[in-house]
Amino acid sequence: MHRVKVRVVEDALDANNTIARANRADFDAHGVTVVNLMSAPGAGKTTLLERVLADGIDGVRVGVLEGDVQGSMDADRLASLHVPVTQLNTDNGFGGECHLDANMVRSALPALPLHDIDLLIIENVGNLVCPAEFHVGEDARVMVSAVTEGEDKPLKYPLMFRTCDLVLVNKLDLMPHLDVDLDRFLHHLDAVHPDVERMLVSARTGEGVGAWRAWLGELVAARSGAAV
Amino acid sequence: MHELALASAVIDTVERHAAGRRVTAVYLKVGHLRQVVPASLAFYFEHVARGTVCEGARLDQEVVPAVLRCDCGNEWTLDDPVFRCPACGEAGAEIMGGEEFLVESIDVVSEQEPACTA
Repeated sequence: MHRVKVRVVEDALDANNTIARANRADFDAHGVTVVNLMSAPGAGKTTLLERVLADGIDGVRVGVLEGDVQGSMDADRLASLHVPVTQLNTDNGFGGECHLDANMVRSALPALPLHDIDLLIIENVGNLVCPAEFHVGEDARVMVSAVTEGEDKPLKYPLMFRTCDLVLVNKLDLMPHLDVDLDRFLHHLDAVHPDVERMLVSARTGEGVGAWRAWLGELVAARSGAAV
Repeated sequence: MHELALASAVIDTVERHAAGRRVTAVYLKVGHLRQVVPASLAFYFEHVARGTVCEGARLDQEVVPAVLRCDCGNEWTLDDPVFRCPACGEAGAEIMGGEEFLVESIDVVSEQEPACTA
């Protein structure tokens, strides 16, 4: 018996990234654009989705994959809007995984109506840390940050704020009741992720939701245009 | 929570390379930008390693500083997460280091005697 050093030099998340690429290939084959929607718990992901889906996106058939540790409350809410919703629970893991990874999304692929949709929105588990580490095969990453979370969050969770392509700053309607300095939040956001696209929205009043709907429509159009 | 998921990813990677051999040490390079708390990762590593070839293995974590380089020629090491160039104010600086989460090497116990070269 003796000791041997084995050279590995492998990113520990390579296995996840390989599965994410396989997911992406399957989405590509069906012409489906995929958005990974992330935020802290309670930032308003589901309500923003309800807002967007209630009026639909012109010419775009949307499906939703709902990631939750437990239960189907969010999926039930969205199903009433007559869009295909697939529930993915993470609680069969170690005490319930706090994020979706590529393999979990892969396990849900057979249940997804990929032939009948153009855009799949994956609502990740509410968490500002782990989801940022795990790609699932998405085209774009969108995060929701509610003004109620405070202006320091980009500095505290840079990994998440840096990984996204669009930041939806939600709950704008609550600004009159808060001591939060929105300019300071945006300044911190710009320090952590310079020039990242951001939209000021309120899921409650609908303010800014049209801009997000248009962004999603353009994402699908740009992708299908590129595929032709 | 973050470190639990990462510890599992490290052990999955190591198991593939260990090929059933017992692992005594894992050498990991962790970039400053990965927001990993070393003590937390060590704690979860020990926990997740139980019952695997990594059980009892030492986790050696080398923290790699975050180094950015701007088109203006400025190169700096990041302490606070401010990615705009402090010299010229431009966005889009290239990250030269600090995003690693790399299993560099592992020490394993081999049952086979070293090949005789005599």
